[in-house]
Amino acid sequence: MAVKCDDGKVGAAGETAGKRRVSLGSPFLYVTFFCSTAVLLFIVMPLFQMVSQPSLGALHETIRDPEVLSSIWLSVYTAVIAAAIAFVFGTPLAYLLARHDFVGKKLVESIVDLPIMIPHPVVGIAILSLLGRGHPLGQLMAKVGLRIMGSVTGIIVVLTFVGLPFYLNAAKSGFESVPVRLENVSRSLGASRAATFFRVTFPLSWRHMLGGVIMCAARAVSEFGAVVIVAYHPMIAPVLMYERFTAYGLKYSQPVGVWLILVCLLLFMALRLVSLPSKVER
Amino acid sequence: MIKLENLSVKLPGFAVRNVNLQVAPGEFFALLGPTGAGKTVVLESIAGLLHITAGKVRVAGRDMTRLPPEKRRIGIVYQDYALFPHLTVMDNICYGLRYFNQDTKAARQRIGDLVDLLGIAGIVHRRPLHLSGGEKQRVCLARALSVNPEVLLLDEPLSALDPNFREDIRRLLKNLHGELGITFMMVTHDFNEALYLADRIGVMRQGRMEQIGTTEDVFLRPATPFVAEFVGMKNIFEVALSGQQAVFGGLNFPMAEPGGDKRGVLAIRPEDIVLQREDGFEGGFVRYAGVIEQIVPAGLWHEVSVRCQQALFKTVIDRKTVLSQGYGEGDAVFLGFDKDAARVF
Repeated sequence: MAVKCDDGKVGAAGETAGKRRVSLGSPFLYVTFFCSTAVLLFIVMPLFQMVSQPSLGALHETIRDPEVLSSIWLSVYTAVIAAAIAFVFGTPLAYLLARHDFVGKKLVESIVDLPIMIPHPVVGIAILSLLGRGHPLGQLMAKVGLRIMGSVTGIIVVLTFVGLPFYLNAAKSGFESVPVRLENVSRSLGASRAATFFRVTFPLSWRHMLGGVIMCAARAVSEFGAVVIVAYHPMIAPVLMYERFTAYGLKYSQPVGVWLILVCLLLFMALRLVSLPSKVER
Repeated sequence: MIKLENLSVKLPGFAVRNVNLQVAPGEFFALLGPTGAGKTVVLESIAGLLHITAGKVRVAGRDMTRLPPEKRRIGIVYQDYALFPHLTVMDNICYGLRYFNQDTKAARQRIGDLVDLLGIAGIVHRRPLHLSGGEKQRVCLARALSVNPEVLLLDEPLSALDPNFREDIRRLLKNLHGELGITFMMVTHDFNEALYLADRIGVMRQGRMEQIGTTEDVFLRPATPFVAEFVGMKNIFEVALSGQQAVFGGLNFPMAEPGGDKRGVLAIRPEDIVLQREDGFEGGFVRYAGVIEQIVPAGLWHEVSVRCQQALFKTVIDRKTVLSQGYGEGDAVFLGFDKDAARVF
C-alpha cells in the first residue's frame, strides 16, 4: 500500500521494514562513512598499485620462468599440506577444548594462541634450535633421514606451526556451535561417541572446519620470516620475491607477487564456494 | 524400573546430593522443582550423560551406573527439541534404527505406526527448521520412542511450546503413556503439569530431594514449607505454636493435635479460602474478620488480598462472586477456610 506523505511524495509502506534508515546529516553517519572508506582504501590501494604496475608482457614472461613456477607451486602445496596436518591432528584437540572443562584449560588455550603472537623469525629460530643438529631430537630426526634445515619438510613444519592456531580456533568455535544436547540425544539413540561425531557433530560443523583450513593455509602461504630462517632454499614464493627485490629491485619482484595473489585468490574463492550453505539448508 | 541409590553428581558450581528414588514400571513420575534444583542433572544421570560422583543408577534391575548412554536404550526428549537440523524428519526418527540390532522390516513397520500415532505422517520429508513447536515435539517423541525404550525421559517437554500447542502435547503425553505402557519420567517446574500427568511426584530443591509421594499426597500434604509454597500454598505464615494453638499476626489457629512449644509455619492455598460479608461459615471452618486491601483482576479470577490483624491473606475469588457481592477495596469481610485445608509444619 502506498502512503501519501505531507510533502506530496509517495513513500512505500515497506520502508520501515528491513534496515534502519539513518537520517542524512547525522555526524555519526559521516564519521562512520569516512572511517569505513579510509580502511577500505588503505587495504585496496597498495594491492591495486602492485597488481596494476607490471605490464602484461612482464607478467607473461614471469609465469614462464621455471623458478617462479616452482616457487609458487612449492608455496601452495606446502601450505596445503600444513593445513591438512593441522586438520588431522588439530581436530581432536579443538573438539576437546570445545566440549570439556578441565583444570588448566585456559593455559592450553593460551598455548594454542602462542604461534600468533611470537615474532616470525623467532618461530624459525625456535624450530631450528629444537630440530637442528644441536639438539638430540634434531639428531634423532637426522638419523631417520628427516632433514629440517633447508628442506621441504622444514618448510612444512614451520608453516604448520604458524597456521595451527587459525585452524584450531575455527574448528573449536564450530564444535561449540553444535548444541551438546544433539550429541546427548544421538548417544541415547545408540550411537557411540565416534558415530555421534561423524553423524551429528561433523555434518554440522564442517563449514567451520573448512573455514579453519582456509585460514590456516592462507596464513601459511603468507609466511616469510620463519621460513627464511629455516629454509632459504628451496624457495617459496615470498622468499623468491624478497630475493628478487633485494637483488634486482621492485620491478622484478612485483610480477611474482601478482601471480601468487592470483593463484591464492582462485584457490580460496573455490574453497569458500564449497563452504556456502546450500539453498535447502537455508 | 528406575532406582537411584544415594545418587550424587558434582558439577562446577553445583551438586546433586544423595538422591534416592524408585520409579515403578509403567509409572508416570514427575520431578518437580524450581530452575536450578538439579532436576535435569538427575534426568541426564539416568540417561548416562553425566559422570556420577557417587551412588548407583539401576534401570530394569541392571546396574547402569557406569554404562555408556548408547548401551542403555533410554529415550530422552528435551525442551528445546534437539532435532538434528541437517536431517529430514524421517531421518531424525530413524536415526537410532541401525543400533540395537533393529534395522529390520518389523522396526520399519513400527516406525510407520509411531508416525501415524503421533500424527506426523504429513511432515516426514521436511526439515526440522520449518516445523512448528508442536510438530517438533511430536518428532522428538517419535525419535525417542523409535528405539523401543523401556524408559522415556522428558526434560520440560511443554515449556517451550505456545499455550495452545502445550495443551495438545500434554494430552498426547497422557495418551502415549496410556497406550505404550512404558515408564515416563518428566522434569518440570510447573506443578499443574505434574498434577495433570504424573502418578507420583518428587520435589527437588538445591540438589536435594525434598519430598516424594503420590501427586495427591504432595498436593494435599506437602512435607516442608518449601514444597507447600511450590505446590501453590501461597499463604505462608510463621507461627508460634503453644499447646493446640498456632499464633500468627495476632490470630489464633486451632490445631487438631498439640504441636509443642516452638516456632512453625502455617500454609494454606488461596483457592481454599472463602470470603463472606457476614460470618456464616460452617462448624469445621476457621474464621477471621478482616478488610479487603487489594483486588487485582486476573482474567476469570480476581486475586483478593485480605488483611486480618497483621496477617495478609491472598485469596482467589471468581469474577462473578466479586461482582455480585460488590466487593471493593476497604470493605470489611469475613474470611474462612476448612481447618484441614491448612498445613502446619
